[in-house]
This record gives sequence, C-alpha cells and structure tokens, in this order.
Amino acid sequence: MTHHIQRPHLVVIGNGMAGCRAVEELLARDPHRYRVTIFGAEPHVNYNRIMLSPVLAGEKTFDEIVINGHGWYRDHGIELIAGDPIAQIDRVAKTVTSRSGRTLGYDKLLIATGSDPFIIPVPGKDLPGVVGFREMNDVDAMLAAADKGGDAVVIGGGLLGLEAAHGLSLRGMKVTVLHLMPTLMERQLDEAAAWLLKSALEARGQTILTGADTAEILGTDAVEGVRLKDGRVIPASLVVMAVGIRPCTALARDAGLDIGRGIKVDDHMVTSDPDVLAVGECVEHAGQVYGLVAPLWEMCRALADGLVEQPSGYRGSVTSTKLKVSGIDVFSAGDFSGGDGAEDIVLRDASRGVYKRVVVKNDRVVGAVLYGDTADGAWYFDLLKKQEDVSEMRDLLIFGQAHAHGGGQTDPKAAVAALSDDAEICGCNGVSKGQVVACIAGGAASLDAVRAGCKASASCGSCTGIVENLLALTLGDEVQAGAKTMCKCTSFGHDDVRREIVDQGMQSIPEVMQKLHWSTPDGCSSCRPALNYYLLCALPGDYKDDQQSRFVNERMHANIQKDGTYSVVPRMWGGLTNPRELRAIADVVEKYDAPMVKVTGGQRLDIFGIKKEDLPAVWADLNAAGMVSGHAYGKSLRTVKTCVGSEWCRFGTQDSTGLGVKLERMSWGSWMPHKFKIAVSGCPRNCAEATIKDFGVVCVDSGYELHVGGNGGIKVRATDLLCKVATEAEAMGYCAAFIQLYREEARYLERTAPWLERVGLNYLKARIVEDTQGREALTARFLHSQRFSQEDPWAERVAGREHEQHAHMAAFTPVREEEIA
Amino acid sequence: MIGDWLDIGWLDEIPLRGARTVPVEGGEEIAVFRTGDNRVFALVNRCPHKGGPLAQGIVHGHSVACPLHNWNIALATGEAQGSDKGCTPAIPVKVDAGRVLICRAGALKAAA
Repeated sequence: MTHHIQRPHLVVIGNGMAGCRAVEELLARDPHRYRVTIFGAEPHVNYNRIMLSPVLAGEKTFDEIVINGHGWYRDHGIELIAGDPIAQIDRVAKTVTSRSGRTLGYDKLLIATGSDPFIIPVPGKDLPGVVGFREMNDVDAMLAAADKGGDAVVIGGGLLGLEAAHGLSLRGMKVTVLHLMPTLMERQLDEAAAWLLKSALEARGQTILTGADTAEILGTDAVEGVRLKDGRVIPASLVVMAVGIRPCTALARDAGLDIGRGIKVDDHMVTSDPDVLAVGECVEHAGQVYGLVAPLWEMCRALADGLVEQPSGYRGSVTSTKLKVSGIDVFSAGDFSGGDGAEDIVLRDASRGVYKRVVVKNDRVVGAVLYGDTADGAWYFDLLKKQEDVSEMRDLLIFGQAHAHGGGQTDPKAAVAALSDDAEICGCNGVSKGQVVACIAGGAASLDAVRAGCKASASCGSCTGIVENLLALTLGDEVQAGAKTMCKCTSFGHDDVRREIVDQGMQSIPEVMQKLHWSTPDGCSSCRPALNYYLLCALPGDYKDDQQSRFVNERMHANIQKDGTYSVVPRMWGGLTNPRELRAIADVVEKYDAPMVKVTGGQRLDIFGIKKEDLPAVWADLNAAGMVSGHAYGKSLRTVKTCVGSEWCRFGTQDSTGLGVKLERMSWGSWMPHKFKIAVSGCPRNCAEATIKDFGVVCVDSGYELHVGGNGGIKVRATDLLCKVATEAEAMGYCAAFIQLYREEARYLERTAPWLERVGLNYLKARIVEDTQGREALTARFLHSQRFSQEDPWAERVAGREHEQHAHMAAFTPVREEEIA
Repeated sequence: MIGDWLDIGWLDEIPLRGARTVPVEGGEEIAVFRTGDNRVFALVNRCPHKGGPLAQGIVHGHSVACPLHNWNIALATGEAQGSDKGCTPAIPVKVDAGRVLICRAGALKAAA
C-alpha cells in the first residue's frame, strides 16, 4: 500500500442540516485539511428539513429544498454514502461500520445524528398509517394518504404538529389535532396567544382538541382511528405523531460516550472521547438540548474553529421562535412565564387580530410573545439578548421600535433602519444586519443575490420582509421601484407599460424597449413574453407575433417534458370525439412509438414522448383526421369541459354539451394573459365542475348562471356569480366580453382568480353586466381579434412555416468523416 | 483533408435571438445560438441543472433562459448565472462570409 501525503480522515455520521453545515464551515476555513466522508441514513442528498412543511403543503418540491446537490459533494471531494446508516462505532480501532457491513477508519469522527420523533408508547403505535414528521419519507407517506382523502389525526399541537395539520388540511384531509396540554404551543405561546391561534385554525376548518390524552391507536391491519382516555374515538386513516423529538443518541451510547439527555459535548463540540465530536440536535451542551436551527449554526461554527485549531468556543444559544402557522405570524422569545418581579406589558387590538406581550424584569426585557404582527420581534429579541436597560422607553415599548425610539414612525423601513448593526436578521443562518448590509453594498441588488451571498432569508424565509427593507434602505429607489416593475429590465410596472403601448400606439418590442428606456439590450425571459402578448392584444391582425419572445411550449405548439420531448393534445370540442379522431390518435401513438397516452382533466387525450423533429408529421396526421391544436401549451383558451346535459341526462336542464362546443368554437386560439378554462354544467349538480373554472356556466331551468374567477390549482378558488342570463346567445356574448376584459386589463401571467380579487367583483359587474354598451363593445373587440387567431398553428407548421423550429441545422458524423479522409 | 472548422450553414438559418441544433453522431447535441446583436455562440444542448434543451430557451442579451426551469446560462462560457451553479461546455464558433463554422476539435471534445 502506497502512502501519499495522507490527509486526516473526517467521518461524519449524519447527512442532515447539522452534519453538512459543519462540513461547509470546515471547508470555508480550510478546504484541504481533511478528507471527508459523510454517511446518511436517508437515501437523499443534504436537504433543508425546515422546509418539509412547504413540501407537504404543496408550496415547494423536494428539489427546491435541496441545500447541497450531488455536485457539492463531488466538487469538494466528499464521499457521500447515503441510505446506509452507521450501525456501530469502535473507538479503540477508530472505525465505523455501516448497516450493510462497510467498515471505515477515521481520524476524527463527527456524530450529527440529530433527533428522532418521539413516538408515544400506546397500543397501535406500530400500525401502518402511523408516521412521524421528520424525514422526506414521512412526507411521502402523508402525501400518499392525503391522495386518498379522509380523516387525519395529528397528535401534538406544537409547531411541527400544527404545520403537519396545516399541510394535510390544504391537501384536502379533514384534520383533528390532539394536544395533551390545555393550550397550543405552550412552550412558545402564552394562553392568550394560544387561544387566538386555536380560534384562527378552527376557522380554517381544523378541529383542535386540547387536554386530549391518547389512549390507543385503533385498527387491525392499518390505522382506523384514535381513542382518547376519556373514551372519545376519532376516526383516522392517517396518524401523525408530532409530540416532540428526542436526541438520537443510541449509537453514541453503545460506543460508551458520556450521555445525558443528549451526547455530552464541551464548548468545542468534543465528546468524552477527544477524537469524537458531535453537533446539532443530538448533543447536550451545558445541560441544554436544542431543537431549533439557529443554535445548530452557532455550534457548527465553534466546531469548525476547533477542527482547524483556532478554537473559539460555543457559549450556548438564546433562542427565539418566529414562525408562520397557517399563514398566521407568531413570534416568541425568552421567558414569559411571569414570576417574581416580572411585569407584563400587553397590547391587544382585536380588530386587527393583534396581541403583543412583553415581559420586563429589573428594567430588562426577559420575554416577548407576539401574535398577528411580528414586525418588532427582532427588536425585542435584540433588547433581550443585550440585556439593554429599557426604563427610558418603557411606556412606549409595547408600540414597537419606531415609537419607542421617538418620532412615532410606523414605516417598517424606519424600524429596520433603527436596528443596530449586530442585530440578528436571519435567525436560521445567524446573519446580522451588518452582514446583510455589507452583502448588499458588495453588489447584491436583489433578494436572490442576498440569499446567495450571505444566506440571509435562504432557509425558512420568515425574515424576507426585513431583508427586502434592508435592500430598499441600502440601495434607495433602485430596488424600491423593483417591487412593482415588470422585471429588472425596466422601472415601469405592467399597467404602465400597457397604457403606454396603447396611448403611444407602439408597434413592436424594440420600439417599446426604446421608448420606455429598457436597461437591457433585448429584455429578458420575463418581459419579452409579456410585451409580445400586450402588443398582440393591442394590435389584432397587425402585430407580427415574435416567436423568439415566446416560451418554448407556445413556440413549439406542444408541451415540453422533463426529457426534452413533447406532449401533444389535439382539440376535442366540448370533450366530444368520434371513431375517426380516435383512430387517428391511435395511429399516431403507434407510428411514433409514443410511450404514453393519457386522458387529461380537460376531457381530451394527451400523447407523450414526441420528438421535436417529429411534431410536424404528427400534426399532419392529426390534421388529416380533422383535428387542430388543443393549445394545451398556451396562455390561451385550454378546454371547454362539459357534462352531457339535456340531450341525454335525466337531470339536464339545457344542452350543456352543445353550448360548450359553441363556446369553444368561439374562443379557441385566442391568446390571453394566462391559461383560461371554461366549463358548462347542464344542471346545478355541476358535473363539469364549472365553479372552479375561469368562466363557468351552470344551466338551470330558467337559463344560465355565469360564474367567473374560479381556479382548481394550488390555491383552489370557487367562482363568483357574475349574473344570470336567459339565452345561449347572451351566455356567449357575456363570455366573450369577460374574456376580452381579462385580455385587455389583467397583467401577463395573472390568472382570472387573482385578477378578480385585485379589481373586485363589483368592477367586473359594472363593466360587463351593468354597462350594456361597454359589454357589447368588448364582445365585438373579442370577435374581431378572433378573426386573426383561428388559423390552426399546427397546420401552419405542417405547411412549412417556421420549419427551422423543428429541423436540425446540420448533422456532424465524425466517424464517417474520418473514413472519407 | 479535414479542416479545423466545420461549416454548418448560413447565419440567416438561425433565427435572430434564437437557436438551431446540430446532432453529433455518438455524442451530445450542440445548440448554436444567434443573439440580438448578431453574435453566434455554441453550447452543448444540455442545461447543467436538469439537462433541459437550451436551444429551446429564450435568448436575451448574451444569455439563454433554459426552457425547463428558467436557469440563465451565459452563452460565451456555458456558466449558470446568478446564484445557480453549473456549467455546460462551450464550443468555439465563428462566422465567415455569412457561413457559421464550429470548431471541429471543440465539437468532438464536447460531444465525447
């Protein structure tokens, strides 16, 4: 065996937030000092565990919460062994052995095993359907359960439990939270704030049972329910245990290390064995065990300083909690249990749903609880940590920083400006105001740049507002305007740009950019598609669509998939089809070897796996059977979903299918600010789900109810009733008017639901229902613009237009060339 | 005798602020871009993020926005912009008398 200059081997047990952060800190100090191997129990790269809640709630994907992808391990020469947990540590031989039997030697060992969810020892705890809320696996199990719907019970009304309940509730489950203590989140909130939180969660449809002591989890092969000690039974197909976490110490205990509540470490995160270190939720430092992320970061810094022989020492952490539960802002810090000499200062504002309580002892802030308005949380926490004398400002303390410092500003920017440089802005990553300002001064001119530069606001995101204010303060108007502008290329907002296009009669994208002083030569991928749409809408028939300003799907008239192939959806008018169309689709699937055909939610068929070169030939075959583009790829009319209506259905009141086909014939091909879906239901049973569409018709005996602004996506919104009309012709006229108003006034990429909420239903009624002339003019403008948009884009491509979008420019066959040579 | 440069066609065959593809037998496809100021760039047609076909992205300035997740890639270097990290190989390319020429060695190396 040959020995080069061997670097000492650092083995890290635990690929979670603490383990990887420790390695990051070490690499930042001395990237070449150690050879690093990381063992992880989960089969994943390092991800942000705090963000599992947004993944559960559907706000983020797993990919979006990855902190360090495979590239990071590769770039730093770190060997990652994921999915193979360490089973044993031999401190004499200085080796670790994994579950699969892999044995590795170490010079330094870092234990970062984190914590395990505490599973309460009741009968039934091992039944399928009982999960923790700790790992990606748990989230996957919860999502699978939520797909089936039904009842869920969350045991534990702390932060984690409430986030699980919120996510499951958003996913459509009926959720009951069981909490042993009399009030929710008793460790972070006092009784008043907990009561406000409970009321708010109940108003959102969750059932909250406090003082609920679980006796047994019921079920034979899987979970069926939970029985409480008082005899109550709550049905459930999913039980989430979120009663707390326990430091995961079994491995260290077996290795004979000193253990208390966690693995005991000194100020340099060294255990009772000088070559074994430990960091994170699994450790006990000075009698304290931590379950929040900020202390982990502080520990990792001390650990890394020690590893590079510049010991600094960890002194313990004072923690605060700032969080959003179901969109409700809550903050707590320090001690709010009262006690001798403690005075409470309380502010309640019932109409705003605000509750604030600051606990003062010997003229020092010792605790704070804020509910509904947490803007001053950072300031109170700062006063608390510094033990500042507050006697001077005691009377104004509760009104927050702006008031207490005099001047009575209520401007949040002024509050941020008044923070001291060492005030902590980002609790997750331990970033101070001074560091954020330095990062901005160093060139970071956007939120993303600050996140990349100093990590502030890059973890849980609850300090995003403060960081944005710091950007505005440091950079002045450059950023302030940025909040409302179309994109970074212009200081104008969408509405301004649109008004100028119409008022000045602008004809092309370069003209808009010139006249409105664009700061980039040819815009960006945000503004170009928007400008292209605004011009197209303003100049029907005259504007030449700029293909290079369209997103790939609209340019290719098909939907790009993750592997770069496309899916193709031909139009099926009102969801009707016939043998000829079905044969043509079947033939295309076979001829082009499409790996999948799927029935879509919009009542048509989606053919997957078509190569860009084959698209024109596929379209030609579909055209030959009379089919045209379904625009499943466009910011345009998608489908008109229908039920069978009076022609067949015994409940049908009108010919919903017929009306659906007419509406689709009228409105297909029109470009819009965003996708647009229509449905027509033949009776109030509403089988076509018309009340979650952009425009929905519900037929009744006496006519047609017209509904607008619905959405079935991430944020479900039921429609508002616009009006009721008596005839089909009226229904079509109103539909055209609504579409045209949306086309002319909504901002690019704004669906009808947020647009309606922004302008208000009364505005739409005033423009469409009450103003007859205005409505007729809108309808006329829509029908005029449709004269230019109902050429089938597939047929145009089949005829050879823009063939360069599909054909290769040239081909390079190196081998053949060599042979010729 | 094979030259150092491979002639792939006229500059006009690439849409302004657009791209065309050149498949390489036994290797990775190349995307050839033409920017608004008539410069030409070539990259392996694969975003460093999730492999998206960069040729289908929106070309702006001297960057292209990947069609899959909107990463911005610098056309000159293939480097991801902003806070994103990653790089796709760039291939030397030039325009001579209206013809677009890509570097044979570069194409072979990138395709390997």
